[in-house]
Amino acid sequence: MSAVPQNQQRAYVTGQAADARVNVELETDGMTLNIGPQHPATHGTLRIITRLDGEQVISAEPVMGYMHRGYEKLVEVRTYPQVTTLINRIDWLGSFANEVPFILAAEQLMEIEAPPRAQWIRTVLFEMSRIANITLFLGDMGVQLGAITAVFYAFRDREHVLNQIEAATGGRFHPNYDRIGGLKEDLPKGWVAETKSAMDKVRRFCDEMETLLLGNEIFETRARGIGVIPPEIALSYGLSGANLRASGVDWDLRRDSPNPLAWSEVDWKVWTHPDGDSFARYWVRLQETREAAHIVDQLLDGLPSGPIMAKVPRIIKVPAGEAWVSTENPLGEMGYYVVSKGDLGPFRVKIRTPSFNNISIVPWVMKGVYVPDVITILASLYFILGDIDR
Amino acid sequence: MILAVELAYWQLLVIKVLAVMVIVPTATAVIVQTFLFKMMAHMQSRLGPMEAGPHGALQLLADGAKFVQKELLAPERADRRVFFLAPVVVLLSTFLLFVVIPAGPNVVAEDLDIGIFFALAVSSISVLGILMAGWASANKYALMGGLRAAGQLIAYELPLVLAVVGVVIQSGELSLQGIVRAQAEGAIFGVGLIGQPFIFTQFIGFALFLVATQAELTQPPFDMPIAESELVAGYQVEYSGLQFLFFYLGEFGAAFAFSALAATMFLGGWYVPGLDVDGGLISNLVGPAVLFVKTMLVAFLIFWIRFTYPRLREDQLQTFAWKFLIPLALVNILATGVFKVLF
Repeated sequence: MSAVPQNQQRAYVTGQAADARVNVELETDGMTLNIGPQHPATHGTLRIITRLDGEQVISAEPVMGYMHRGYEKLVEVRTYPQVTTLINRIDWLGSFANEVPFILAAEQLMEIEAPPRAQWIRTVLFEMSRIANITLFLGDMGVQLGAITAVFYAFRDREHVLNQIEAATGGRFHPNYDRIGGLKEDLPKGWVAETKSAMDKVRRFCDEMETLLLGNEIFETRARGIGVIPPEIALSYGLSGANLRASGVDWDLRRDSPNPLAWSEVDWKVWTHPDGDSFARYWVRLQETREAAHIVDQLLDGLPSGPIMAKVPRIIKVPAGEAWVSTENPLGEMGYYVVSKGDLGPFRVKIRTPSFNNISIVPWVMKGVYVPDVITILASLYFILGDIDR
Repeated sequence: MILAVELAYWQLLVIKVLAVMVIVPTATAVIVQTFLFKMMAHMQSRLGPMEAGPHGALQLLADGAKFVQKELLAPERADRRVFFLAPVVVLLSTFLLFVVIPAGPNVVAEDLDIGIFFALAVSSISVLGILMAGWASANKYALMGGLRAAGQLIAYELPLVLAVVGVVIQSGELSLQGIVRAQAEGAIFGVGLIGQPFIFTQFIGFALFLVATQAELTQPPFDMPIAESELVAGYQVEYSGLQFLFFYLGEFGAAFAFSALAATMFLGGWYVPGLDVDGGLISNLVGPAVLFVKTMLVAFLIFWIRFTYPRLREDQLQTFAWKFLIPLALVNILATGVFKVLF
């Protein structure tokens, strides 16, 4: 095993000895702290190996894969309609939004398009899963900073949205509602009015969070200027979603990519923040939740009538070809690269999940921060473990 | 004594020790049940414990029984003697705090001439226990928690003491009983209707005392030593069973004691208008109830903040203590001194 040349070995040993002498005279020794895999701040099984000098982080390295479930492989042994059951478990908080890009990719390959009503309802549920996802972030950030009350309000008001998702789809967490060519079934009676009142509650919750957390001085001192990501760094690490927009990059796939969903039909705004710190990320998500409620309200007002299912063969065979569709999911850009060989199921699916890229910036952004800031930054980057590991 | 029976010194001592031994767990239980279980739950739109007893009133018995049953575990590489001693040290400091708090003209375990000084001194012993726990646990999280606790508690001793100095100057007394008497016999602009609770003149001192208490009790927004989301539970992370319970007794017992101290120094203590300050059976019977109500009011404030605010960072906390609280306390002392001389 002497692959290393001898002179290099000698240089290494002398270097170590020199380091040791310096350490004895000048420095205290560092400490390696394992944050996770079992740690409350990682809300899942993420492990971050941090090298500390006192309370200051010298280096931080995320270790992923503890929750790897092999979805890309599992998808290959399923037929197209079966895939949605699986993939809405990737980002389990906004599960409906996971189904949409895959279905869109399959539809693109089959060259069919869902009728307008189906597209509008898809958009409504997409935005509702965004709300269900981000409201939890808005409360969870409080918990990570020590204010436990916020998360209970988040769970309370998120329930109204989940109830509506359940009423429409039959599944609270895993709707499995999207179909190739349309939707499983139409909305139940009275759903539109109930959803609107749920959106009012979401808006009230946002106001509450604005006064309880965002307006709190301690929250501001803890979050402002912490974990600053400049736009060029954010872009080079492939960040997407609110993390990117909080760095001042005005990029939102709902507006910027051609897609058949109904976002272009309504009036809404992409929120950005120039600062790029944890506070900006919280602020952008808060505004996005409001905006999502606004989008849902407008879509429900103009919901077209008509069928919810296009003409689709009973046994779905997707013609051979390749398709890439990505959408602006609650956590950022989520995309599916589907390769079909004309069978009942996909030949290969590559899933691009936002959290994987969002968490990859951890070593860069955590250099030199304090241990409590590690938690702030992790919370503000906002990842879902299932979304990192798939 | 209240009773017309003369008791020997040792008999009195036994009674006092027993009284403190009973009062501390009871006070802790009341604080935990009222604030930690119920008030916190209702603030967070939950119900809290509801199964054990009416409205969950007996939950603590169940919890206590659970803690007693647990095995006392120590990590393999822990310093076992220090590890097992640490919770006792924390608890000891809490017990000693209760010794000097008066709940009536005669209802006090020991009315020391330097009462408030004694109280603040023994409250610092708990830092030692926490540091011992953090060091002996042989756990990195516990060590960081212990070190944070030491840094924080030392920084906050000073505002705590300085906040009290205003009261001491105004009353001219270090004895807590004397401070209560000074408030009872004082007058606001010559009107002696409700005495003169020092909160009207020492409101800055009261605010400083509450903030410093919050830090002393390691509660949010100053709970960095425990910091569930960062250090998991800081210095408590390796403790189980009775020792864990001891830490909780220490923490919430101290919360009660500090609330009682604040009530005594700023809200008039056990005295309400109509009571005889110098003694008498009625004062001795009603006094404890009055003090309890005032204590719970102060505790409500403390816990309200606890459940609402996020946590500061350690360096921000030090900045806050040294650059804001201590100068403010010094100005307060100066102003009190000037007023004392002028009027």
